[in-house]
Amino acid sequence: MNKSILFFIFTQHILYMRLVPFIISAILTTAFIYALDRSWGTVPPLGRFLSPQQGFWQNAEPLNYDYSDEINFPSLKGKVNIYFDERLVPHVFADNDEDLYFAQGYLHARFRLFQMDLQTRAAEGRASEIAGSAAINYDKEQRRLGMRFAAENALGEMEKDDLSKAAFSAYTAGVNAYIESLTESTLPLEYKLLDFRPEPWTNLRTALLLKMMAKMLSSGTESDLENTIARSLFKPEQLAALYPQVNDSLAPIVPKGTPFPAPTVQPVAPASADSLYFQSQTGFTQRETDRPDAGNGSNNWVVAGSRTQSGSPILANDPHLELSLPSIWYEMQLNGPGSNAYGVSLPGSPFIIIGLNDSIAWGVTNAGRDVKDYFQIKFKDDTRREYWYNGQWTPTRLRVEEIKVKGGRVVYDTVAYTEFGPVQFDKTFGSPNGNDENLAVRWIAHEPSNEGLTFYKLNRAANYNEYVEAISTFQCPGQNFVFASKTGDIAIWQQGKFPARWKGQGLYVMPGEDSSYNWQGFIPQPENPHSLNPERGFLESANQRAVDSTYPYFIPGAYITPRGIAIEKFLSNMNQVTVADMMQLQYNYFNVQAEMLRPILLKYVDRSQLDDAAAEYLKELESWNLQAEPNSKGQTIFVAWWDSLYKNIWIDDLEKGNGLAPWPERQHTLELLLRDSTNMGWVDDVRTEEREELAQVITKSMKQATTGLNNLKGEGRLEWSKRMRPSVYHLLKQNLLPFARTDLPVGGDGNIINAMKHSHGPSWRMIAHMSALTEAYGVYPGGQNGNPGSRFYDNFIDTWARGEYFPLWIMKKSDAIDRKVKWTLTLSNKNNN
Amino acid sequence: MKFLVAVILTAILAYLGGLILPWWSLVIAAFTGGVLIYQSAFRAYFAGFLGVFLLWSGLAWWADKANESILSLRIAQLFPGPDTAFFIVILTGLVAGLVGGLGALTGHFLRKR
Repeated sequence: MNKSILFFIFTQHILYMRLVPFIISAILTTAFIYALDRSWGTVPPLGRFLSPQQGFWQNAEPLNYDYSDEINFPSLKGKVNIYFDERLVPHVFADNDEDLYFAQGYLHARFRLFQMDLQTRAAEGRASEIAGSAAINYDKEQRRLGMRFAAENALGEMEKDDLSKAAFSAYTAGVNAYIESLTESTLPLEYKLLDFRPEPWTNLRTALLLKMMAKMLSSGTESDLENTIARSLFKPEQLAALYPQVNDSLAPIVPKGTPFPAPTVQPVAPASADSLYFQSQTGFTQRETDRPDAGNGSNNWVVAGSRTQSGSPILANDPHLELSLPSIWYEMQLNGPGSNAYGVSLPGSPFIIIGLNDSIAWGVTNAGRDVKDYFQIKFKDDTRREYWYNGQWTPTRLRVEEIKVKGGRVVYDTVAYTEFGPVQFDKTFGSPNGNDENLAVRWIAHEPSNEGLTFYKLNRAANYNEYVEAISTFQCPGQNFVFASKTGDIAIWQQGKFPARWKGQGLYVMPGEDSSYNWQGFIPQPENPHSLNPERGFLESANQRAVDSTYPYFIPGAYITPRGIAIEKFLSNMNQVTVADMMQLQYNYFNVQAEMLRPILLKYVDRSQLDDAAAEYLKELESWNLQAEPNSKGQTIFVAWWDSLYKNIWIDDLEKGNGLAPWPERQHTLELLLRDSTNMGWVDDVRTEEREELAQVITKSMKQATTGLNNLKGEGRLEWSKRMRPSVYHLLKQNLLPFARTDLPVGGDGNIINAMKHSHGPSWRMIAHMSALTEAYGVYPGGQNGNPGSRFYDNFIDTWARGEYFPLWIMKKSDAIDRKVKWTLTLSNKNNN
Repeated sequence: MKFLVAVILTAILAYLGGLILPWWSLVIAAFTGGVLIYQSAFRAYFAGFLGVFLLWSGLAWWADKANESILSLRIAQLFPGPDTAFFIVILTGLVAGLVGGLGALTGHFLRKR
């Protein structure tokens, strides 16, 4: 045979029998690798994710996992000993501040990196990098609210102070030391699921976290835009009747009768206020889309030795926030030179935020004050480069925001900064009506401040004076700092930087064409509401207005009245108080609004008009013990009836505002009913010819409520906890529902001391008995380890749900050999030891 | 016998690769098995599949046992299919097997005379 023919056959053989199948097979293999190495929509990269050596199986922490280790960090000055107890609470012992906060940063990152990373990215307006285009508007709003601007201002202030800068920088170094140690397999689970990577920590990110708290607690406490709609609907006297500054039933934080000194700052309303402001008919339709939960609140109280069995003060605190897994709180003890603090910290920030040390205990609730105002800006033209201010065209500062979007193009947004602050709403964002509605926002959170320093000092404060000194520079979000000391002092301060307003200033959007409507000054810190060792022997705060009407400053806000009434009612009747009493009070289900309203409902309802089902509900309500217990049907019936009555009273009056005007407060509605059965005429449905009486409206409301109650009954959900479905979701909510704990057996409501409201409620319960040997208890609905694959992920939840506590073990260095120490982690610098 | 050697070799190489290389190093392991141990295309594919299937599902099972299925039960609910740990263990093996088999087949074709 011809050689060339042989060669031809041979090559054909190679081509068809070897090369082609090889190429097809190789291409197919590569295609599958590619497909399994990338995420598809919400599906993670399957190959990487399922790999037992690198994927999620690596996060399936063995139940007998050993947290003990010795790690070398060249940036440490000395050696840090960390002792974990059986609840995985670290007790950190360091020889200097830097090492102490390095260790705290390391531990936060080790157990909570994902939440720190996610929350600070979201705070900065970078959620789209993870969530994609659905989050673009959220990101724009964060930036236009000036979140990063605020954090930059705070950072400048933080880094001015050497002590703070050292602490924050050490903390940052600790976080980064952990991030740098991460490998593909040790990456926290959520990164593997969402297919992204942690970013290095910076002091700015700590500032961003604190601004996230500022937004959560002090951005939604104004209703300026909503109020402008109400202003166009009602006469001034009606406005005053519907939206009063002080509730009839208020039990203020500063005990009634406490005298206030004359104000040293007296702001004056501009001459044009009546015509341009109070009587203006302009209603603004822009709305923030991400408004913090109005129920973000808390309880704290302190009982003096005169009322306790032991003769030593007892302090209690339970902050009410959106509950999440991992929890917003991380429990720890920080022991260093001059500091031995125990309590909860915020992953993303150094220091103990709520807790105690060897001499004092402290806790916080939200002040709820309005510290954010809107000013209407007139731009020269669409470029927004100049605005009319004090009689001349004044240049704005334009800040170009670059928003990166997962799976999409970069989005740019230009924000104009004015004398007041960033222009949050303008033609390019959130303003459907065009050019006339440019609204600049001025917010206390924008002011340079160093909130962290307060906690650094509180962690070390030894007495009342040091506590006052520590909190005196705290600006935003305004908090009620409750205090108790071993020497027997009890105190509370509503602390923050608050504008001194003329009466009515900042209730509505203000003219921004000159400085005349701008804030004229701030309430001097010593004039902030406070009380030290009051005669009655206790102090409490629960987001109510801090003071009664005798306080000399105008202080609008979003206040919550009922819990304060209930706490004061119970505490003023308690003597020989014990820790167990305080635990019961934090878990208390008494519905104080129902106590006030039920007699009215029962008095006016026309029983002859009710069907059998409604009559049955009524009977249940009459015999109800007023406790919003998990199995209470009375609470469910009360809430349904009250919801319907509240709606029937106001809906007709607010209809003209297209639902944009604020609803009068519930507690105030109740007070109006107690004052006058016509509810000042508001009970009448203005849309009908007939004049409705309270009896008719109450009966109609019960009938309407019955429909809903019948549905609930049909679903077997008439019991309160089945109606409310108490749940603690993972931070990614519905996206990771299997990581949540749902349908917990707890009761409560926002207006009840045990303020559980679906997924919002007591995020940390603490009781500190300041006896010679401190006795303290605490619990939060979560677990120390943020890893959903750890047995420490949600192991506190059942204890929390039962209203039980863990004793807080304030460890001494000499306890290192104690049986309670389960694991030991040593961080050291080998070069120094 | 050749088949069994190929399975074991693939599993060992895939395990070692997984210690230092990305997850897809299992394909290199299966490919190497396919090149080194010559058998029929079907057997080569199946040896590659089985080697990494056994490795991945075995390691997953081991991790799951130590974790008492805390995490696998949560993950199972995120995926369509039965909400059991067993399902996730098998799914893990199948995903590995899918590319492992193809990798071995590719190796086989390279070697083929």
